[in-house]
Amino acid sequence: MPKQSPVPDKLSKPFWDACNEGKLVMLTCTACNLMQYPPEATCRKCNSAEKLVWKEVSGWGKIHGYCTMYDCRIRLLQAEQPFNLASIALEEDPGVLMYANLPGTPVDEVPVGATVKVEFVTTPGNGQKVPEWRVTEPRWKAAKKAARPAARKR
Amino acid sequence: MVTQKGVAAKLYRSKDGLGVWEHRGKVAAVSYGYSPCDRRWDENLEHSLGAYSMIAAKKALEEAGIRLDQVDGVVSAPGPIGEPWAPRPYFAPPYDSEDGISLVTAEWLIKNMGLKNVRFANSEASRGHGQVLGMASQAIGEGLCHTCLVLFPFGNLAGRYSQAGSNARETATGNGQWSMPWGWGAAGAGFAYGFNQYCRKYGVNHDMMAPFVVNLRRNGRMNPMGYYAQHPEEPLTVEDYLASRWVVKPLCLHDADRPVNAAVCFLLTTADRAKDMKLPPVYVLNHNNNNFEARGLTHTAEEMGQFGDIHARRMYEGSGLTPSEVDIFNPYDGFTLFTQYYLDAFGWHGVKKGEALHFYQGDIRVEGPHPFLSSGGNNGTGRTRAAIFTDCIEQLQGRAGPRQVHIKAETAIAGCTMPHTCAWMAFGKYPD
Repeated sequence: MPKQSPVPDKLSKPFWDACNEGKLVMLTCTACNLMQYPPEATCRKCNSAEKLVWKEVSGWGKIHGYCTMYDCRIRLLQAEQPFNLASIALEEDPGVLMYANLPGTPVDEVPVGATVKVEFVTTPGNGQKVPEWRVTEPRWKAAKKAARPAARKR
Repeated sequence: MVTQKGVAAKLYRSKDGLGVWEHRGKVAAVSYGYSPCDRRWDENLEHSLGAYSMIAAKKALEEAGIRLDQVDGVVSAPGPIGEPWAPRPYFAPPYDSEDGISLVTAEWLIKNMGLKNVRFANSEASRGHGQVLGMASQAIGEGLCHTCLVLFPFGNLAGRYSQAGSNARETATGNGQWSMPWGWGAAGAGFAYGFNQYCRKYGVNHDMMAPFVVNLRRNGRMNPMGYYAQHPEEPLTVEDYLASRWVVKPLCLHDADRPVNAAVCFLLTTADRAKDMKLPPVYVLNHNNNNFEARGLTHTAEEMGQFGDIHARRMYEGSGLTPSEVDIFNPYDGFTLFTQYYLDAFGWHGVKKGEALHFYQGDIRVEGPHPFLSSGGNNGTGRTRAAIFTDCIEQLQGRAGPRQVHIKAETAIAGCTMPHTCAWMAFGKYPD
């Protein structure tokens, strides 16, 4: 989908730079262990600016909810209608929700609660990469596959 | 008389634990006036938002029997809501700026109506159609004014709005960088998303909204201030609703209120002064203005349910009413997909968490035992955000005409707008 390109500002630049490197990072208060997305200049809980650091997260999450867009105000996406508009709860902090269009998932057939993995797609406006999410098998299954030893040759 | 910045915030009740409102029963709503309700401005200056605001204000004064020189307070939620008139050229004064066309401030009304004795004016709540009634009530209670016009102007110009500007660009800036790339850009998307969650949690579905919306339109057709009474169409049917196109599924076209060009004006005063006016007073029992932040990018159903609980708790605390003592209940329905949070939270007519959509399947007609949103709401009258309040006044005065409920009508609660930012009023036929 031809997404609008985010234009980084001073606060968001580390997030978008990380996306361009294929990493997902979250602004995190080390005192409160609270992640903030979108990032804010101070921690929502303790109001500290000094304790905020960018932390890389796993890129795993679950579909928290969704709706289906039929009449989008954003011109670039109007030709793509209808499309899925989901929110993803991060594995590290399910209170953090990120938007997704769920490539590969049929429109209006969104499996709420399913495991998703982040990927990064390039946007046409300025080439900025943005996080997108794809439904995948649960993380433990993926880990099991990765750890499976090669079959012994007989 | 110009708005003094920062005054509004001091006049809102926005916390737990404030107890019963200190001016409960000492402030009264007496009358209201309304203008024609057009779908859009036709560029005739006699139909401008400014002209319509003056029509509404004059009617409110006439209904109460109040002269211009007796008015010492004017509060407006000026707008704008949709697009501005600019860059098109303005007109001769008083239409030489946006003020009077796409918005109307208290100052514009004071000047153009020739109100000479205004001591208190405020236009800070740009879209705060619920807030301004509470602000005026508190101002009267504190003696900042004694006879106050409260203006609800709501403009709608030609064309679809929010199709240009940032929505037409290839890049997303500011807050939009976190939502627009994925297309989170339709009116009501957050409430469609939340409604999906609500349905999953409570085992209900969108089809169950049909009798609610059909009844809103029915009530609205009986409300002469509203769009559908002034521009009658074929009554909405359940079949129409179920066949309606999706805007952002599960929010369909008929779940959204219709933008209109219209103005409504209320007259509030002290309880003592109200006794001598032409219409019986309706006493203000409480007001609240509550704003909440979501943890994430959008409000979840769970959060909106929690916000509803806080609204209800504060309104019951401040008014001294209990759920079983509320006769008329007019919560906001600008998108019908969030009204259930209010019904669930306020517990009106015994509704419990998750039961709102089941309640809609019962007899909610004004003639019936559960006359929910007897005003017709925004959905049934158009987006003036006023009917929910005018109906409370009319029902308690016993002059709601064909909408007059058949149950007791001695107390009322109404509020607007959305669960994360909603201001409420409680009214009583009696001051205590």
